[in-house]
Amino acid sequence: MALKIVKGSIDRMFDKNLQDLVRGIRNHKEDEAKYISTCIDEIKQELKQDNIAVKANAVCKLTYLQMLGYDVSWAAFNIVEVMSSSKFTYKRIGYLAASQCFHEGTDVIMLTTNQIRKDLSSPNQYDTGVALTGLSCFVTPDLARDLANDIMTLMSHTKPYIRKKAVLIMYKVFLKYPESLRPAFPRLKEKLEDPDPVKYLGLLAMSKILKTHPKSHKCNIAKVSKQRDYASMQESLRRCDFFAVKYLGLLAMSKILKTHPKSVQSHKDLILQCLDDKDESIRLRALDLLYGMVSKKNLMEIVKKLMLHVDKAEGTTYRDELLTKIIDICSQSNFQYITNFEWYISILVELTRLEGTRHGHLIASQMLDVAIRVKAIRGFAVAQMATLLDNAHLLTGNTQRNGICEVLYAAAWICGEFSEHLEDPMQTLEAMLRPKVATLPGHIQAVYVQNAAKLFATVLQKHEGETESQAAQETSQLLIDRLPLFVQSANLEVQERASCILQLVKYIQKLQQKNVEVAEEVTALFAGELNPVAPKAQKKVPIPEGLDLDAWINEPPSESESEDEKPKAVFAKEEPKHSRSRHTEVDEKELARRREVRKQEQANNPFYIKASPSSQKVYDAPGVEHIPVVQIDLSVPLKVPGMPMSDQYLKLEEERRQKEKAERKKEKKKKREKRGKERKADSGPESEEDIAPAHQVDIVTEEMPENALPSDDDDKDPNDPHKALDIDLDNLLSGFSSRPLADSEKLPVRTHRPELLKSPAEDRDSESVPQETKKKSGKEKKEKKKDKEKDRKRSKEEKKKKKKHKVEEELLESQPEEAVQSEETKEAAAPPTSTSAEASDLDFWLSSAPVPPAAQEVTAPSSAAAAVDTSSATAPESEPDEPKDTEPEDTKSSKHKKKKQKKEKEEKEKKKKKRHHHHHQHHGDAGGEDSVQNGTVEEEEPLPPMSNYSLLAENSYIKMMKEDADQVYDIQGNHQDESKVVVSVIFENKSDSFLKSMEFNVLDSLNSKLQRPEGAGAHDSLTVPFQLPPGVSNEARFVFSVQSIVMPQKLKGTLTFIVKSDESSTHEKLDFKLHFTCTSYLITTPCYSDAYAKLLESGDLKGSSLRLEGINMPFHHLLARICFHHHFSVVERIDSCASMYSRSIQGHHVCLLVKTSDQTVSIDAKCDEPSLLGNVLDEIKQTFSKC
Amino acid sequence: MIKAILIFNNHGKPRLSKFYEHYTEDTEQQIIRETFHLVSKRDENICNFLEGGLLIGGSDNKLIYRHYATLYFVFCVDSSESELGILDLIQVLVETLDKCFENVCELDLIFHVDKVHNILAEMVMGGMVLETNMSEIITQVEAQGKMEKSEAGITGAPARAVSAVKNMNLPEMPKNINIGDISIKVPNLPSFK
Repeated sequence: MALKIVKGSIDRMFDKNLQDLVRGIRNHKEDEAKYISTCIDEIKQELKQDNIAVKANAVCKLTYLQMLGYDVSWAAFNIVEVMSSSKFTYKRIGYLAASQCFHEGTDVIMLTTNQIRKDLSSPNQYDTGVALTGLSCFVTPDLARDLANDIMTLMSHTKPYIRKKAVLIMYKVFLKYPESLRPAFPRLKEKLEDPDPVKYLGLLAMSKILKTHPKSHKCNIAKVSKQRDYASMQESLRRCDFFAVKYLGLLAMSKILKTHPKSVQSHKDLILQCLDDKDESIRLRALDLLYGMVSKKNLMEIVKKLMLHVDKAEGTTYRDELLTKIIDICSQSNFQYITNFEWYISILVELTRLEGTRHGHLIASQMLDVAIRVKAIRGFAVAQMATLLDNAHLLTGNTQRNGICEVLYAAAWICGEFSEHLEDPMQTLEAMLRPKVATLPGHIQAVYVQNAAKLFATVLQKHEGETESQAAQETSQLLIDRLPLFVQSANLEVQERASCILQLVKYIQKLQQKNVEVAEEVTALFAGELNPVAPKAQKKVPIPEGLDLDAWINEPPSESESEDEKPKAVFAKEEPKHSRSRHTEVDEKELARRREVRKQEQANNPFYIKASPSSQKVYDAPGVEHIPVVQIDLSVPLKVPGMPMSDQYLKLEEERRQKEKAERKKEKKKKREKRGKERKADSGPESEEDIAPAHQVDIVTEEMPENALPSDDDDKDPNDPHKALDIDLDNLLSGFSSRPLADSEKLPVRTHRPELLKSPAEDRDSESVPQETKKKSGKEKKEKKKDKEKDRKRSKEEKKKKKKHKVEEELLESQPEEAVQSEETKEAAAPPTSTSAEASDLDFWLSSAPVPPAAQEVTAPSSAAAAVDTSSATAPESEPDEPKDTEPEDTKSSKHKKKKQKKEKEEKEKKKKKRHHHHHQHHGDAGGEDSVQNGTVEEEEPLPPMSNYSLLAENSYIKMMKEDADQVYDIQGNHQDESKVVVSVIFENKSDSFLKSMEFNVLDSLNSKLQRPEGAGAHDSLTVPFQLPPGVSNEARFVFSVQSIVMPQKLKGTLTFIVKSDESSTHEKLDFKLHFTCTSYLITTPCYSDAYAKLLESGDLKGSSLRLEGINMPFHHLLARICFHHHFSVVERIDSCASMYSRSIQGHHVCLLVKTSDQTVSIDAKCDEPSLLGNVLDEIKQTFSKC
Repeated sequence: MIKAILIFNNHGKPRLSKFYEHYTEDTEQQIIRETFHLVSKRDENICNFLEGGLLIGGSDNKLIYRHYATLYFVFCVDSSESELGILDLIQVLVETLDKCFENVCELDLIFHVDKVHNILAEMVMGGMVLETNMSEIITQVEAQGKMEKSEAGITGAPARAVSAVKNMNLPEMPKNINIGDISIKVPNLPSFK
């Protein structure tokens, strides 16, 4: 043995270490990827060895490879192993690796809780430090919850080194687990009194928190923070870059701007100069400042300067930035600063001349926005857009795929929609139907085609009155000539619209030839006005009283129907809201009837937003006489050649303002100035209010639904991580009188496991009380269904609660244990109902949630003592676990996400079955199998709960509970030779003595081996990493490597321990049997039906079948049971027939076809591994033989 | 909060990357590339702040960087960090590295990235500045180094011998490395002290 170790360490010397790896990579410049892949293979080999030093070395190299961009998440489990090494050197490597590659989605992270806790309480401050540092990088809500109390303790550690780390990490803990903020806040506040370094950090954490609580206790901190700021300022300025000053100056200005806008505005020219700086950072800063300082008065001027910069700017990024800024500046707070929209339109048009900008759609949306919302400007806008369309070749000419052609989308739409403003619609129509249009992107062409039709209608109407309808006929001919081009378009939308309109035009032409007046009817096609709808309108619709959005409108037909389809069916009923009336040809009666029906429907449909009067008109009266006549008030745009339009407006504007002012102050001499600056110098400051808009523009406010609820919650960013910290702290600070810490708010204290898990459970219980009671009282299927649906819906809606669900599940795992206890105390008289067990639990937790450790120890041992009696009487001599108890390890979060719906179901099912189940297990374990009783329980309680834990063994001192197939990891990935299974065992001290030196050992079989630390022999036992005071339980996890998974496994094992009481200490031992079922190697894997079909067709799978008689349960129940106990997922279900799928950790496919006809269930199964299949079927059979 | 700390050389090769938020490996590489692209095209004599790396966080974030000889030290921070404070922190980091490696050069960072991580861990924790006092940092780093040595003890001796032997090839190293940057040192910078 010793020789082996020495040999091992010599081998190790020649292993590649990090430096060798780096050197190697540098020597293989040409085939780096290949070299690294061989290195990764080596690392995989190294990770398989027992020697922790080798493993640590491998993990160290992986950390380096991670930096180079290689995914190393497959080694997560090994990283955990290295983290748990007792040597600081390796521990540090492990934690570093973890901090680089663990994140919330890493499932092994939950294995680390106990290890981290151990390290946090290590006597070595650097162990603690390393754990804190690592934790700060990968803390998850679960870890935060479980460790918050430990970290809080560390805040008053003797070593400042630990204190400061603990204080800092508290902030992260708050973010992940906001409930801890209130209990921890006073302690954090104390830290402000701590000597130097810790104080600052406390301050830092505090100030971050207070960002979300500006009001609380600023002054308290202000003093200290000033002190600190000053110190750091001085320190920094000493080394400060010269170049930084300009930047920081601008930065400071932007902060001043918020409080003293006037004082910054006087530096406008300076800031404008900064736009010329060669440093982009400074230019961008300056732009940002400008955004904040525009006013009605200076907007035009600033924008003009910016336009100059746009022309000069090199580099598209900066130019694009300028462009967006111009638009931002102009459109900010609902175009507040724009006095002349003609000017703005011309700015937008000028911007379209930018080459290669990405922001075409931005300009387009501005154009649309302005044209729709500012009615007075439409005439001008339409004229401009018509010019744009006419000159479209300039935009699209040079570079094909640039974003600017998006503008044409807006132009075409505006011209079409407001075509009544067009001077020469014929010309525009012609421009829109040029062959070159076919090179534009599809969605633009589609708009072209549609709007060409609108224009056509306008042209027809214009010429209708004329005796000589030559023009109208020419137009029709034009369309008929040009549209076929679009009919051939590859874009479906274009094609469809074009062919539709082509037919229409042909028909119209026929009518024209017969001299029928068609204009009215054609125009009616496009009657009505589109009104802007506020983006939040839908959200603001108040929910009418008595409307339950969660209720089903129609009862779903059956459970099995694929759940995704249901919502579709609901939504398909909805009417398109802004459909234009196109039914003019339908006969009048039919129309009226339909309208009536629709009105009725709308009145009853809560989803329908009541149309505004104008659009209502469309529905009510499709006739022509109701076409709204739009008043046009135009100020004639001027045309001065050789000068950009917008500049002319600037000039015009200045003159206009001058004039106005002159009129107001008649006594003053009129003086015309061209430059705004000069004018300012001459005429003194001009107040904002003096500037009247050039022409009265009405910005049509976006429509809100009637009775819209005023709310300000829209402003809050739901993604803001600090939002969770928005907790009332004031009371805490100002003494505990007004709202002291509620019991439920106290941090979970770690005493024994059920308790730890229970406290979050409490809110779940209270949450679901109504549901719970319903279930207990009613028990009608309908209700159940509804509940289930509700659950599902809720889970969809509140994705954030996912985490809570996880907690729930954990909780569910822990419950049975307690339940067993309470049952035992009752000494199995009449079958105890779950209600009482749960209720007593609830009472217990409600009354004493913040229990100090001592308090629980009082309750726990008493029940434990009772347990001793019963169990010793019934002599635990049993099959430790039945396949029935094997349950999917659905706490795994990744799976959780993937199969949420399914999970919900399972969870539900689990809840239902739990009762029944631990009963079962209890009796099964106790040896005296009592099937009759189980049967009766089943009848009374059709929704028996299930448990994840089964009793492994117990004696008068200790009880071992095993969580079945807790985690199954396929560490090797592609390698099919070996897999790892993690088994968690709960040890519970039932005696009044202290249990220590617990050693866990298992007699390895050829196939399954307990993973022992490096250097340990094959028969050495593992030390359980904790001691148990009386009445306390704790959980340990053991890793087994399993080679073949086709057979179930049984391993014999022994636990030895020392019982230490006041007077004596004795050695004791307890034998147990570990049972790995085949089902426990299956992983619930979703499968699509087509993939499933392919799999079955492939012919690689061997078949087998099973018949179950006398199954008396609903089919969906049966399926849920198979899913739940045997880790299958339903692929498809048709009536009483379902296909199911699962996959083993080594990649075997298992397919089931389950059919049922009164009480007989037949299961046809296929799998690529016949013996695995046989065993799984046996286990399924066993499961159902027990119900 | 500091979102990420990146050290890369003039060619954009990453020498250290530390992300305080989770990204996939691919995104991380993309961020490094983008950051290098942004930072490397800037002149030496313009300011050390840069706004809006697109990948990390967007507009609220800044890149604050310093360029020492062959290496760029880039901190990506949000608006709650003081610009000068971070500049200072970079300086402290570099000076600390200089002390710990005795005249640090790029090669030290290349071959001992784990050590750099350990030093950094004493300065920044979970994206928050932990310690800026250089002597305190060095004390803690050295104490941990000592612990490591004592743990290695006698069993570590042969391994150390082997690594010494391996390093005897070191004179060849520049040849192997076939870039000439071995002599490029991070200057002992505090020139404006």
